[in-house]
Amino acid sequence: MPEQKVVDIDYLLLEAPRERKFITGAQAMAEAVKRANVDMAIAYPITPQSEVMHLVGDLYAQGYLKDYYRAEEEYGTMSAIAGASRAGVRVFTATSGPGLLRGIEAIASWPGHRIPAVLGVLTRVVNAPLSIQPDNIELAYLLHSGIILLHAENQQDVFDMTLAAFAISEMVDVYIPVAVATEGFFVTHAKGYVEMTPEDMKLPPRDPYKAPVPVTDCEVPPARIQRDAPVQKSNFMSYLIHAVWQQEVWASNMRAMKYIYKYLGGPIEVVNPDADVFVVASGCAAAQGREAVRYAQQEGLNVGLVKIKSIRPFPVNEVREALKNAKAAIIPEHNIEGWLSKEVKAAIPNSGIVTDGPRVYGGMTLPVELIMEEIYKALGIKQEKKVVI
Amino acid sequence: MGLRYLQPAPGFKEYLPKDYVDLIDFGPFGKTDQLDATKLGQFKEIVEEHPMCAGCFMAYFVRVFYASLPNPEDTIVLGTAGCARLALSQAAVPFIYGNYGDTNAVASGLTRALKLRFPDKTKDVVAIAGDGGLMDIGFSMTMHSWFRKEKFTTIMVDNEVYGNTGGQESGMSPKGVQLKMAPKGKKFDKIPATELAKQAGCVYVAKLAPTNVKRMAKVIRRAILAAREFGPTFIHAYTSCNIEYSIPTEEVLKDAREREKKDFGFEEYMTDEVRQYLEEIEKKEKANK
Ligand SMILES: Cc1ncc(C[n+]2csc(CCOP(=O)(O)OP(=O)(O)O)c2C)c(N)n1
Ligand code: SF4
Ligand SMILES: [Mg+2]
Repeated sequence: MPEQKVVDIDYLLLEAPRERKFITGAQAMAEAVKRANVDMAIAYPITPQSEVMHLVGDLYAQGYLKDYYRAEEEYGTMSAIAGASRAGVRVFTATSGPGLLRGIEAIASWPGHRIPAVLGVLTRVVNAPLSIQPDNIELAYLLHSGIILLHAENQQDVFDMTLAAFAISEMVDVYIPVAVATEGFFVTHAKGYVEMTPEDMKLPPRDPYKAPVPVTDCEVPPARIQRDAPVQKSNFMSYLIHAVWQQEVWASNMRAMKYIYKYLGGPIEVVNPDADVFVVASGCAAAQGREAVRYAQQEGLNVGLVKIKSIRPFPVNEVREALKNAKAAIIPEHNIEGWLSKEVKAAIPNSGIVTDGPRVYGGMTLPVELIMEEIYKALGIKQEKKVVI
Repeated sequence: MGLRYLQPAPGFKEYLPKDYVDLIDFGPFGKTDQLDATKLGQFKEIVEEHPMCAGCFMAYFVRVFYASLPNPEDTIVLGTAGCARLALSQAAVPFIYGNYGDTNAVASGLTRALKLRFPDKTKDVVAIAGDGGLMDIGFSMTMHSWFRKEKFTTIMVDNEVYGNTGGQESGMSPKGVQLKMAPKGKKFDKIPATELAKQAGCVYVAKLAPTNVKRMAKVIRRAILAAREFGPTFIHAYTSCNIEYSIPTEEVLKDAREREKKDFGFEEYMTDEVRQYLEEIEKKEKANK
């Protein structure tokens, strides 16, 4: 393990030199953890996540992390992450599909507990029949939890988003957990080029006293004077306290937006902003959307891409602005329910332009041709159906 | 240092609520060598007001528990859904409530993190939860925290029922008892919690009915001291639910004594190194007194 020197957050994320490596998404996530000055990680195996937490285990063995263990299962993992974060250390864990759902009661309470933490979500089918392939329906379950949710298109995004996630999560005006999601296998087990910051630089350690809600360490007074426990005393007070607290959680979620601009170049990326037809996509589907835009360009069609990087906070204004003159918005997704499509339709006034899909699920790949078909339909281009025998 | 965060800043004391100032002046913080559970009623207690049922023996246990902490200013208590939480959350010691049954997982993360941040300081962590919380919904987290040898204390306040949700059967309810969700009576025996604890690697295990304050205080103290140095410790306390088992308030102590004779006789197990360690500490304390 090289000696790592602490550098300023802004320097590491924005200015530090970068070196290009050809690595998997799982490696990219672990490489970010390596540079994030993480104190403790807790792991529980599930395909396709395991690779990430194996690599993080190796980091622990090499001395990058101070503590690491394999927990009893995901509910125990997510609960222990909460305990460790409340005691003031920087924590990381990752899971997939069924593991996420098993841990979700605990995860959904992290924002309310004001826990900075980073959670890797390497997507996998949930529900029956069994498949271990990369369907991303599980992200729908995170949308209402208050957690910040970033969705990575490729290995580079995984690295950038994971490293930035640690910084964003601990900002005093944010101070809620950040999930970095990407499609299992397609990204986690495939290689791509990643521009990485130097191995011998890391983020400053967590300062547990730079916090809107105090840590529980018996060094500083606890969050509230415990003997005044109004939640127990009247239902009205319990409604009120829950309500204002959750308002603040969601306001914190919104306040993360400025850091998403600062460190990740904003919550969306627009390719060909003057297009007539847009593919609107997140995660791996954005990569296929990007290909569709390239095909369309070759065919002389005016098609653009709106890639959504931040699902929570959802970039309502940015998406509205990007789609205000669009004639059609095609939303390809890796899940049956179309959670992104619903988000976009709810955000824009001209929701009639949205085409729901194409959608693939069960972990299938998303052929660019499926997106092209929708583009042709939107542009009124008749296609000959070729039957290959 | 725990005491420092409790002490009002100079000039600030006169503006603080009387309840808080009394706690600092007449409470057990920094004075546990003089004030202990046997002197209940003679000092300002860490928990006073709470909404548990009148005459509830679990509430009494919680009161004794706080009066028995060896180091209340450096103690963090974890609780969960269940009756005890109603009083635990009103105490003047930091309290963490996560989700039902998660105490031993949260405490695992918390204890390890505190060790990382304060390797040379003593910070006591105690998870105190119901029979349902520890032996049903949280069973695997309870057991695995013990297997992993996590250094904190687990206390089960066993009222043999889901009290907080209105009287359903738990794994710790006695066989044959008719409760909600066991309309024809419970079909299996009480889970052998203390045996499991010993098998799983707890270094100190005690079982008691709360009939003897002095002994309760000693056991709680011992469990916490042993957890600091050696590994997980466990106390299984019978704390009757007078509501769900229809025990008249004036008879809760009588009931506890009966159960003590029947199936809650005092048991204490500890490893040899714990015994040696505790003997040394207790000898020194006696000499100091
Ligand atoms: C996930 C979840 N399931 C169920 C509940 C409902 N619940 C709250 S308290 C409780 C029973 C408590 O029983 P026990 O742990 O024995 O504590 P007691 O109230 O008897 O002291 C239950 C089932 C919950 N809060 N959360
Ligand atoms: S329901 Fe039972 S255990 Fe709960 S507070 Fe009332 S008497 Fe105590
Ligand atoms: Mg109970």
